[in-house]
Amino acid sequence: MNTKNLIDYILHLADNALIIGHRNSEWCGHGPVLEQDIAISNIALDCIGQARNFYQYAAELTGNGATEDSLAYLRDVTDFKNILLIELPNGDWAQTILRQFFFSTYQYFLYRQLQNSIDVQLAAIAEKALKEVTYHLRWSSEWVIRLGDGTEESKKRMLQAIDELWNYRGEMFYAADYELEAVKEGYGIDPATIKNEWDKKIKSVFEEATLSAPLDASMHKGGKQGEHTKHLGYILSEMQFLQRANPGAEW
Amino acid sequence: MESINKYITNDTTPAEIKDIIWKLLESVSDPEVPVISVIDLGVVRNIEVDPTPTSGGRGITIFLTPTYTGCPAMDVMKMNIRMVLLQHGFTNIKIIQVLSPAWTTDWMTEHGKQKLKAYGIAPPHYKQAVCTPDAFQQEEAIQCPLCNSYHTRLISQFGSTACKALYQCNDCKEPFDYFKCH
Repeated sequence: MNTKNLIDYILHLADNALIIGHRNSEWCGHGPVLEQDIAISNIALDCIGQARNFYQYAAELTGNGATEDSLAYLRDVTDFKNILLIELPNGDWAQTILRQFFFSTYQYFLYRQLQNSIDVQLAAIAEKALKEVTYHLRWSSEWVIRLGDGTEESKKRMLQAIDELWNYRGEMFYAADYELEAVKEGYGIDPATIKNEWDKKIKSVFEEATLSAPLDASMHKGGKQGEHTKHLGYILSEMQFLQRANPGAEW
Repeated sequence: MESINKYITNDTTPAEIKDIIWKLLESVSDPEVPVISVIDLGVVRNIEVDPTPTSGGRGITIFLTPTYTGCPAMDVMKMNIRMVLLQHGFTNIKIIQVLSPAWTTDWMTEHGKQKLKAYGIAPPHYKQAVCTPDAFQQEEAIQCPLCNSYHTRLISQFGSTACKALYQCNDCKEPFDYFKCH
């Protein structure tokens, strides 16, 4: 088996979970109402927990003294394999909600397959995370409906969010080389196989929210290969500052 | 604290030691919900005791599963388990995290659920209501831990910790935490 590929595949899953977790954590103390501030902070915590499980596994396979912290805090922008969608700035509440809905739907169908992976550790992490993602998906679906089918203002914000994010969804289903290799080796999931279920879920929630999906099928991609927007650099400089300034710091 | 390890001799069987450790872990509480123990919570999945003592002490392995992947209380629980065992003379301790099968509130003890309720937190339902991703699904009827009314409503699926949801009683008006099904 190609261990390097397995590590890349795990890092891709880990980076996705870490970066969305970090973005959501930016809402902590800034949520529109206290209960939803707590909700998105809880979701951030779940995502960072998932990231830790993946990084711990990747570190174990990497060896040479790698730890979950060295993988999260000491890799640079071009090493990160997260999709572009989740590194975009939060925007307003509607944009954050819509992104979470897109991403949770993706994670839900991905983990549902991954829990049957022949790699028992990947399967265990997915099985555990799926229970949490189910709550995230339910919560974000409800907010898309609430805002889409809400007031004139909330609907306007939701439509703007769709405009902003729609072209970033395609990258989720466009497999990177390490994903294709992971499928060949039997432990990974081809994200293209999730697309139909994803489309169906988005469509049904959009219908209830009186929103419609644009037809535009163009897509921004590159994140999975380490080609990122300028935003990831800003995230990392803030997130990694402490470990880089005080290597090995613990509290 | 008096060490129990002095009652353990070379003749004590691993099964007897295992029972002693299960008992000891009942004194390790959940740092977020201090009325229940790690045993009540159902996070201790297994204990293995090496058949023969070694010079470094008899090897004890604790298999622990997290409630939620990001729950910060897990690290504290691990440390407290280690402390209690060390206090009782067990020095050769390994704590291994297991993720599968994933933790469920079905593993909480009856005793633990009663203690939760007495503490003012509605315990998880006996029969697990399966959480699906469907929006605005019908909510479970959760009993108010203060006035016992079932006339309550969900405020938020996400509460003060990862494992709890926030409810309010329509009768006594008291807001309360519900240890949500998982």
